[in-house]
Amino acid sequence: MSLISTLARLEAVESGRARPTATVLHRHLTDRPLVLVPLTTAGEAGAPLGALVGTDREAPRLLTVSQPRDRDLRFAFLAELAEAVLPHMEAYEDVVEPAERNETDPETGKRTRVEVELCADAPQLIVPSRAGIEFVRLLGRSMRFRRTAEEDPDTPYPAPARVPLLGRWLTHYGERARVPGSSLLLAATDLLNRHWATGQSSLEDQHLGALLAWIDAPAGESGASAALRAELERDGEGQLLCPPAGPATDPAFDNRLLAPAIEKYDRARTSLAAAEDGLAADARLAELTAAEREIRALLADVTRPTWDAVWRGLDLLRELPEGARAEDRWTRDRWSFTGHRDRVRSGEPPQPRRDDAVTAAQKLASRETAQAQLEAQEALDDPLVLAGRRLAGEAFVAGVTEVVMAYSESKRPSPRPLVTVRTDEHPHLGERTKVYRSLEGRPQTAEFAGYAEPEDGGPPLLVLRILDRMGRSKEPAPGSVPEPGDRIVWTLFEHDQRGGPKLPDPEQTPWTHGGPPGAAGHTESPDPVTAEDLL
Amino acid sequence: MDKAALAAALGSPAPFGQSQFALVRGNAFEAKVKADGGTELMRLLYERLGGDAGAPREVSVPDLTAAGPEGRAARTALALREATEAGGWALLDHPMLALEVAGSPAYLEPDAVAVHPDGTWTVVEIKSFPTVDGSADAAKVGAAARQSAVYVLALERIAELTEGAEVGHRVLLVCPKDFSNLPTASVVDVRKQRAVTRRQLTRLTRIEEIAAALPEGTTFDPQCPRQQLDAAVESVGAAYAPECLAACELAFHCRAKAREAGAVETLGRSVRGELGGLTTVGEVLAAAAGKEGDPADPTVAALRRAAALRAEALAGGPACR
Repeated sequence: MSLISTLARLEAVESGRARPTATVLHRHLTDRPLVLVPLTTAGEAGAPLGALVGTDREAPRLLTVSQPRDRDLRFAFLAELAEAVLPHMEAYEDVVEPAERNETDPETGKRTRVEVELCADAPQLIVPSRAGIEFVRLLGRSMRFRRTAEEDPDTPYPAPARVPLLGRWLTHYGERARVPGSSLLLAATDLLNRHWATGQSSLEDQHLGALLAWIDAPAGESGASAALRAELERDGEGQLLCPPAGPATDPAFDNRLLAPAIEKYDRARTSLAAAEDGLAADARLAELTAAEREIRALLADVTRPTWDAVWRGLDLLRELPEGARAEDRWTRDRWSFTGHRDRVRSGEPPQPRRDDAVTAAQKLASRETAQAQLEAQEALDDPLVLAGRRLAGEAFVAGVTEVVMAYSESKRPSPRPLVTVRTDEHPHLGERTKVYRSLEGRPQTAEFAGYAEPEDGGPPLLVLRILDRMGRSKEPAPGSVPEPGDRIVWTLFEHDQRGGPKLPDPEQTPWTHGGPPGAAGHTESPDPVTAEDLL
Repeated sequence: MDKAALAAALGSPAPFGQSQFALVRGNAFEAKVKADGGTELMRLLYERLGGDAGAPREVSVPDLTAAGPEGRAARTALALREATEAGGWALLDHPMLALEVAGSPAYLEPDAVAVHPDGTWTVVEIKSFPTVDGSADAAKVGAAARQSAVYVLALERIAELTEGAEVGHRVLLVCPKDFSNLPTASVVDVRKQRAVTRRQLTRLTRIEEIAAALPEGTTFDPQCPRQQLDAAVESVGAAYAPECLAACELAFHCRAKAREAGAVETLGRSVRGELGGLTTVGEVLAAAAGKEGDPADPTVAALRRAAALRAEALAGGPACR
């Protein structure tokens, strides 16, 4: 945590309200995000309990599993989830715009521009918390290797038709969420924490209810006391008024409400199976339906507060204007979505269980680039983020006092004007350190040329030599050189991030860096089915 | 002392509890792993940590029942000695180990301890969180490793008195594989956790010393009036940090006290380090506002710059166009 955000937290403690740490919205929010509030069964790995899902805050779709340990019911739930999520994804697949992409011609090795499709927008998925993102990954992993009866008629317990496809999409979203600054899959707590500082620690900030209590405290109550109520307050039956945002449930809910309801359901099912005549079966079926309805009602009650909290959080976030460069990052998300759409359409197999060495290296490199880009873009978009960088000596604001024309010592001298600036900040400048400023939205480079003694005493002035973006002629293009009196933000970090050098072709990669030979082309087999009916 | 009851009496009940689903699942999985006299468990152990010894065909599973924790601990020590002397494979199901913590004995019950023919003792920890594609939740594995390290330390006390015995620093962690109920095992090296725990144990203040420092007549009886309990708890020093919330029943009480005192640690341990000698929220904000503090102090100077930059930015300060 930087000192500036610590200060914001301390201000929040004192004022009893969360304090802003951003003046603009740093993540793109689409008009119709799909919100997913999942619940899982305690102690089980891949046994979802239920979910609220939908794009309409007034009408979420409730999906439940009456007995989470029953494979058939679990598959029915996943099939329903696929029906709720996939149409939303598919609605974006065919709305495309033409775009261009650089590709290397495999025969000539030349870089050429090719016309490709780019989806005009992408579906956005929002979960309540970071644990929700992990759960989306886990769901993706549990589904993508399943085989349907159509794919493989001999598979025992075939998965419903669209479940493996949902698994691949959720895996893609889970993977994309690891790219800094991406917005395909977001956690409401992460979004809120990015834009506000509360008067509690970052650990407590993972509690969506407590976090919202600080940001949106009821009138007349401090954030701290509202957050405490969100964390601990229980009703007469010992149930939390603000249930955990999932996927884990509150043990008191499991033990006092859910377990008896599931037991009732199990009993009803057993007695239905044992029914001897139609009349008895009818009565028992009614019992079973009632038990099912009770579980649905219980799960609706514990997911609805979280559902409303997520939408409330989105409302608060939408009050901020979107940062100018967030759109640029969203375009990358759209490329990512389009890319996966193409891979699915071309019939590629599901993502492997583990990335091979080359893919892993590529992913790591692209995430590092994305991280650096995110840090630069947020600082450029937002004076409050920039303030943190200024405090750290990575940027400074300076007034121009003097501009002296100078030229490079080459055959065709180019303009290299020397700009003297005054600042009371302490940037970490060394000899010929490059600094950048934004000129009509694009970066202009200068280098630090030394200190100058001011005539009136005072701290030394900085002399910067402008290096580029002044046009081709001997005289710099109008407006491309700072003028005395200008106040300019200079950064020590680059505004655009270049990715590192490309990795060599597979043939050129030594096996030590490419993984064991023959690993490519290996297809993943589905998870073996265990003999136990109950997982 | 029942800290949960104490916390409830203080008006900040502990939010912990265990879901019966997790409990049932955990017990069912453990029972499955240990079924048939531990055949499957010993197979996994041999596969991962077998060494040169022959495959465990005959495994002795000594009976460890005895009266009271002391009795069970003594029975365990005896069984370990016998198994080591016998020079074969043995599996101790839920042994009882004693470890001195701050001067008083604490009793520990690992899931299992295996004795190898060469006299090595291996701690076995059975957990019900899954290993998906060969990797499990790092936080949970870390917790399991710390837990096992304590068992290793307790076993070392017994091994010192047993000829030919040695406690393995590699423990066997058994988890369900992927989304199934089939066990899979991995070896976790706990040398680091063992060293940390050992150091912490030697640094703990002895309970008698803490008790001696308390005022005469201090009691933590939850039946006592709240004010008296408050004072009693206050008389024992506590260094609250947000990490406590995940572990201690009294954390919400300590948090309320720390917040009342305006301690900056309530925002996280790292915050304290950043703020140097300033320890309360009021001090820091006064220093940042230029009302208090020595401007020559680097922390105060940095705070003032931070406050000025933040205020300038919030007022719509300079941006990159």
